[in-house]
Amino acid sequence: MKSLSSSSRILRKLPRENTFYFFTSIGNYTGVRAISLEEFIEKIKEVDIKSLEFHLYRGDFQKWADETLEDRELAEKIKNLQILKPVGNTLRDQLCFIASKRFEELKRQAL
Amino acid sequence: MKMKNRGNVLDDLDWHILQVLQKNAKQTYMETGRRLQVAHSTVHDRIKKMEEEGIIEKYMAVVNLEKAGAKCITAIMTVFTDPKESENVAERLSKFEQALEVFTSLSEELLIIAKVVAEDQEKLHSFIAHSVAPLPGVLRIRTSIVTKKYKDEILFIKGGNNPNEDL
Repeated sequence: MKSLSSSSRILRKLPRENTFYFFTSIGNYTGVRAISLEEFIEKIKEVDIKSLEFHLYRGDFQKWADETLEDRELAEKIKNLQILKPVGNTLRDQLCFIASKRFEELKRQAL
Repeated sequence: MKMKNRGNVLDDLDWHILQVLQKNAKQTYMETGRRLQVAHSTVHDRIKKMEEEGIIEKYMAVVNLEKAGAKCITAIMTVFTDPKESENVAERLSKFEQALEVFTSLSEELLIIAKVVAEDQEKLHSFIAHSVAPLPGVLRIRTSIVTKKYKDEILFIKGGNNPNEDL
């Protein structure tokens, strides 16, 4: 189990330079961005599905979870999702489920 | 015909000289004078005056990057902005070496159009994701990667009195 400080750290609001910017393809920014795990969950519910497919298969979500949020566990779960190759709303639902479950877990730990 | 340019008045000869220089800035005063049927000293004086007044800003080499063996892709980027931040975004974008040309446009939405270059697609994406998207006031970005260039002239031909076609 992670320490309280570590859970709180993952749940923190990030500085601007660590924001996740959602693109649909190379250079095509949707205008949607997330500055925390909580906001990430909200945004993946509404962003263009092409954006989720673009970032999942480039490994961007995994990298952001690992290197920016510093949540190895979430990164590993996203990596496993990538292996399953989901597309469309199945991808949205599964990614949302993984991230939300992890968020709730971290919130409990942080209390 | 005379045309005002920020207080400077250019006559037809000035414009003809500019056209000759834009096609080949390495031509001598003598060659230019011969083409335009004026004395080389006149060409010299006109060019010096236009240099001093900033009408001729600089002389530069146009490099064919493909032949030079440089790895490079070009893209046309359209940045949709908050109207209040448009000027700031354009100015900040202009400071990046990847941005070769930056324009603002008043269409239905206020937007910025820029010609950008990068070594490859990944570096282009990284530049846009880490340097352009985070600029305050950027709402969204559309980027088209150039696949083939059909024309790339920097010539400005003044309408009306065109000099010889083969200048």
